[in-house]
Amino acid sequence: MFWNEKMETLQGKDLEALQLKRLKWSLGQAMKVPFYRSRFRDAGIRPADVKSLDDVGKLPFTSKKDLREGYPFGFLAVPREKVIRIHTTSGTTGKPTVVGYTKRDLARWAELIARNMTMVGLREGDVFQNAVNYGLFTGGLGFHSGAELMGLTVVPAGTGNTRRQIEMINDFGVSAIHCTPSYAMHIAEVAEEMGTTMPTLKIGLFGAEPWSESMRAELQRKLDLSAFDSYGLSEMYGPGVAFECPEKDGLHIWHDSYLVEIIDPKTGETLGPEERGEMVITPLVKEAMPLVRYRTGDMTMLREDGCSCGRGQKISRILGRADDMLVIRGINVFPSQIEHVLLGLPEVGDHFMVYVDRMNYLDELTIEVEMKRETFSGELSDLARIQKRVTAALRDVLGIRTAVKLVEPGSLPRFEGKAKRVVDRRGGLF
Amino acid sequence: MDTEEFVIRQISVFSENKPGRLAAMARALQEEQVNILAFSIAEAGEFGVVRALVDQPDKAYKKLSGMGFVVSFTEVIGVKMRDEPGGLYEVARILGEAKINIEYSYAYSGKEMAVLILRVDNTREAIKQIRAHGGEMARIPSGPSPVKGR
Repeated sequence: MFWNEKMETLQGKDLEALQLKRLKWSLGQAMKVPFYRSRFRDAGIRPADVKSLDDVGKLPFTSKKDLREGYPFGFLAVPREKVIRIHTTSGTTGKPTVVGYTKRDLARWAELIARNMTMVGLREGDVFQNAVNYGLFTGGLGFHSGAELMGLTVVPAGTGNTRRQIEMINDFGVSAIHCTPSYAMHIAEVAEEMGTTMPTLKIGLFGAEPWSESMRAELQRKLDLSAFDSYGLSEMYGPGVAFECPEKDGLHIWHDSYLVEIIDPKTGETLGPEERGEMVITPLVKEAMPLVRYRTGDMTMLREDGCSCGRGQKISRILGRADDMLVIRGINVFPSQIEHVLLGLPEVGDHFMVYVDRMNYLDELTIEVEMKRETFSGELSDLARIQKRVTAALRDVLGIRTAVKLVEPGSLPRFEGKAKRVVDRRGGLF
Repeated sequence: MDTEEFVIRQISVFSENKPGRLAAMARALQEEQVNILAFSIAEAGEFGVVRALVDQPDKAYKKLSGMGFVVSFTEVIGVKMRDEPGGLYEVARILGEAKINIEYSYAYSGKEMAVLILRVDNTREAIKQIRAHGGEMARIPSGPSPVKGR
C-alpha cells in the first residue's frame, strides 16, 4: 500500500529529472539566505553552474556549526512572518539550532510521515499512540500531523507516566506506538511489573536514536509487535526522512524530497554505493529553510539492491552519529555496537551504561550491565563466567578490551526520550 | 534417617560492591523477624554474593526479591565440629577420599558447638559419606528443598 505511489516509486530518469528541477528551485531558495550568498561567492560557484545532479558535488557543505552560528533566524529563506512553526534541535552539544516551517513545509512533512505510516501497514481508523515529547522536539508534532492527515485516531500521550501509557494502550485499543527504542524497552519492563500485556499493539515505530538488530528482536519479543526503524533529523523537517518497509532490510529515503550523498567524513570525497560514510543531504522541497549539502553526521551507505516493495533506493540502518562515535585507544566504537552485543547475550539484562575514562594516558571503557534475575545461580563462579563471556563478546565485535561490571537489575537509569548511555569522563585533558 | 533432612537451603544474594547493600539486606531481614544463623561474603571486585543461612529461608527470599535483590537458593550442608585439634582434617579427609570437591565453606558458632558450612559438588553423597564415617551433621530447619539436587 502506498500513500503517494507515483512519488514513492519514482526511479531512474524520471526521478533524476524531478530531482534536478527541484534542486535548482532549492538553490534559488538558498540564495535568499545571506549565509549561502557569501558561501557560494567564496566557493566561486553560482546556482546556474549546476546543470546536472553530479554538479552538486561542487557545492559547499553546510555544517551543524554553521546552523548554530545562524541562531536564531539566520537560515530563513522566507520572511519570519511566513514561518508558522518553529522547532529546535535537541541541543545536546552547545546552543540549539532553530528550524522554521512555512505552511507548505508542514504539509510536505505530514505527507512524508503519512507515506511511512502507510508503508508499515497502518490505515485510516487505526489507533496510534505518540509517546514522544511534544514540545520543541520534532518527533511529537511531526508524527501527530502525519497521523492526523492519514485519519488515524491519535493519542498524543507524550512521555512519562508509563503505567498510564500502558493503561491507555489497553483502554483505547492502540495498535501502533511511536517512541524511542529505549522508552519502548522501559514500557515493556513496566508492563511486566504490572503483570499485564498489550495484545492490541501490532506496530512499533522506533527512532530518534540508533538501535541494533538485537534490540529489535528483544522489543518484538517483549512487546509482541513488529518494530520498524524511523529516521529523521530536525534540519530535514524531523522524523520521516527515511523509514523501513515491511522487508526491514534498509530504509527507504524519500528521493523526491532529499538528495542523498555519502562522503568520506575525513576527506569530504564522495563515496559509491555500498561504501559506508557520512550521509550528506540536500533537501529538495524545503521552503523556509533550504539547506545545501548538509552534513548529517550519520554513518550509513547507499544500497545497491532493489526492494520487493517497489520503492526507491535504500540506505542501510544508521550505525550511529559521527558525534556519538567514541574513539577508544584509536579504535572507533559506536554505542549501538555495544547495545547489539549486550542484547545478544541472554545472560545479562537490556540496560547498560558506558563510561569512558582516561587512566595513565590510556582510554578505558567501562560497561555496566544489569544482571538478569533468571540467570543468577547463586554462585560467584557463574557470575565471573558471565562477566568473562560479556567481555569476550565485546572484544570480538569492538576489537578492544573493556571492563565489564555486573550491576543489580533496575539500578541503571531508564530513558523516556533519547537515551544518554554514554558518559565520557575524559574531559579536555590532553 | 533420610539424607534430605541434612540438606540446608542457603540464601545467595547478588550484590554490587558498594556501601549500604549489606545494611539494606540485614535491615530487611530484621523487619521480617528472620534470624541470620551464619553468613559470608564472596566478592570478585565490583560485585559479590552474600551467602546466608537463615531460620526462615522462604520469608527471606520473598522479602529480598520484593525489594529488587537478585536472590537464589543454594544447597549446602553443615557438619558439627569437635572443638579439638584435627576436627577440620577429619571432615576434609572423608570428603577427599570420596572424591567430593569442596567449592567453598564458612563456619558458624552455634549454641552447642561450631558448625562448618560446606558447599560441595555432590551434596547427597557428602552427607552419606560423612555420616558413614561417624561425622555428625547439623540439622537446620529450612523447609523442603525446592532446588534441584546435586
